[in-house]
Amino acid sequence: MNPWALGGVALTAVMTFTLAVWGSRGAHTTSDFLLARRMVGVERNAAAIAGEYLSAASFLGVAGLMLKDGIEALWYPIGYTAGYLALILFVAAPLRRSGAYTLPDFAQVRLDSARLRAVSTVLVVLIGWLYLVPQLQAAGVTLSTITGIPYSTGILLVALVVLTGVLSGGMRAVTLVQAVQYGVKLFAISVPVFVLFFVFLGDDDRHRRSLDEPLPPVFERATTVRIETDVRLRVTEPVWVDVLAGPGPEELHDTVGRGEDSRESVYLTTGIHRVASGSELRFPEGSAVPVVADAEPSNRSWLLPQDGDSYELFETYSLMLSTFLGTMGLPHVLMRFYTNPTGQGARRTTLVVLGLLGVFYLFPTIFGVLSRFYVPQLLVTGNTDAAVLLLPTAVLQGWPGELIGAITAAGAFAAFLSTSSGLVMSVSSVLFTDLLPGKLGNFRWIALGSCILPVALALIAIGRDISQSVGLAFAMAASTFFPLLVLGIWWRRLTAAGAMGGLIVGGGLVLLAVLTGAFLGDGYGWWSAVLLQPAAFTVPAAFVVTVVVSKITSGRVPADTGRVMMRMHTPDRLGFLRDRSLEESAGQDGDSAERGRRGRHRLVRSRRAR
Amino acid sequence: MAVVTTNSTPERPHPRAPRRKRVVLANRSGAREVQRTVIDLEDQNSMSEALVHSLVRAQLRAALVLAAVAGLVLGALPVLLRFVPALSEVRPFGVPLPWLVLGVFPFPFILMIGYLGTRWAERNEREFTELVQR
Repeated sequence: MNPWALGGVALTAVMTFTLAVWGSRGAHTTSDFLLARRMVGVERNAAAIAGEYLSAASFLGVAGLMLKDGIEALWYPIGYTAGYLALILFVAAPLRRSGAYTLPDFAQVRLDSARLRAVSTVLVVLIGWLYLVPQLQAAGVTLSTITGIPYSTGILLVALVVLTGVLSGGMRAVTLVQAVQYGVKLFAISVPVFVLFFVFLGDDDRHRRSLDEPLPPVFERATTVRIETDVRLRVTEPVWVDVLAGPGPEELHDTVGRGEDSRESVYLTTGIHRVASGSELRFPEGSAVPVVADAEPSNRSWLLPQDGDSYELFETYSLMLSTFLGTMGLPHVLMRFYTNPTGQGARRTTLVVLGLLGVFYLFPTIFGVLSRFYVPQLLVTGNTDAAVLLLPTAVLQGWPGELIGAITAAGAFAAFLSTSSGLVMSVSSVLFTDLLPGKLGNFRWIALGSCILPVALALIAIGRDISQSVGLAFAMAASTFFPLLVLGIWWRRLTAAGAMGGLIVGGGLVLLAVLTGAFLGDGYGWWSAVLLQPAAFTVPAAFVVTVVVSKITSGRVPADTGRVMMRMHTPDRLGFLRDRSLEESAGQDGDSAERGRRGRHRLVRSRRAR
Repeated sequence: MAVVTTNSTPERPHPRAPRRKRVVLANRSGAREVQRTVIDLEDQNSMSEALVHSLVRAQLRAALVLAAVAGLVLGALPVLLRFVPALSEVRPFGVPLPWLVLGVFPFPFILMIGYLGTRWAERNEREFTELVQR
């Protein structure tokens, strides 16, 4: 328990709320608000996109995976960034010009099919949930790591904070808040990295040499490890452990020997051992670290890309496909593009986002590498996502370590606060405009309702490897909305039936993979690689189905395709940009002024009138 | 809403000189003015159809070329690093080359491709605008 960290978390929450309230004060009428939003500069807009995008998966998960998987994990930040390259090249400007505010909007504008719109809505909600559950899980892990409160209390607490923010209306609407969140996160990751790295350089350099050896990492001092969930440990170098509490390692393949003394020392021989939750193990100083079964057991295979199983290469390529092409289908990302005034602005904003993300992602790598030396016990528990939180106190004793720990805790809190708010906001406004008629007007209930299932799921299962679980949301987005968006923007002969086929095949396959994976539990090897990274199969399948079905139903290309294509691709200054929220609000300025006060201007618009 | 209109002078200034822009906060009636001076694209005749077609093709070509470059370079890295162990023996500042190649290089590289993509797309749009405004 680190009281400083608690302070850091509280500070982040208070700052966010203050900024949200202060920022939304200026906008009083709908048009006021719209204009203010539209004149937001490219830089601030980009910072807001990056601030909302950098989730706990980036802040905690990347370093955690790096601690576990080593060099292969570097593909996560690359993929998270490269997704925006695909956005620049194929999507940003035309999508902005189409005037679509959400993906269902786009489906309707382009293909004029209510059924397609409904299916897109379902998928947006699904993707939002797939993304939200790991965020909440990480929140639970973070809060229980730094404060000692139970995992479930942490989740409920964060859900409460997010909901309060979304319901009070300020959180999502104010670009400023998200832009500042980017700054908070960059500060919270870069400053600790600099400090810790210099401390590390001051330490002796035996560390650096030891990484090169084909040996497991080593406990530098005697370490007590508490196992919270059942794990399977891979032991490559036999090790003595004391079982302080709980059932301890189970006997598998006759490999566990019982020591004779009363302290229940256990000799773990090489092989795989199962350890039940509730066990407390004490490793003596200098002993080798047994690692969870799916982590790289030896330092050399961790450091270098040559060693490793053949499925790792498949995983890497599948991951590239899902992250490169999946970012364009994430609901909270797409929604932010609407704040750009023009298509050209959207493109330039994305370019700045690329720069901001590139700067940020230089830092988690160093966290991941340092964790391998200082917090190897996380490899035993499997709770590697906590690396960023625990590293500071492991490297620096006393208050400096706690202060740095407070900074990273605050950054982590900012990460899941901003991303979760964005997700809840975008999911519930999609639900609001699509599933329930606008006049019902009860946005709050929908926001509340759209939180319940993700919170329940997060409570059921403790999250592991948040970057990987978030990867499934990317795979889902890439297998459904990538064909719809890219073909919709660039291919005239796309039909509603084709798009529908792609959504159903891609979404169905990924869902199948997710459910099968959840059913089979964690593991390693080819099967789990395919289930965890299904994009290599599902994305091409969805793309091909979309094209083939469109060709079969070629008679049903919407009549106004040419007009929509022209609107999407002709330069902004020719003046075809359509903003229906603007057009509509122009006529009803008087009565919408009241409703627009809290930045919920976009919720007053009715269904698209055609 | 902000409507950006260009001063429609008959002879165009030097192409490098920044065009003068007038930013008007007005309703959409201002935008109609601009549309009438250009070829009427909204009127779906074969001429405008062909123009938009060629713009879309040019933009798609730009996007595909750059995506292919990015995909080939980044896509080659996993195979290259895995099957050429000699690369891991190169250690500038004691850091194995694969870590630098994956931890640092992709970000400026992606940014550069993005910059080229933005410029290329904007050039295509400029050419299109000049074409229809002539």
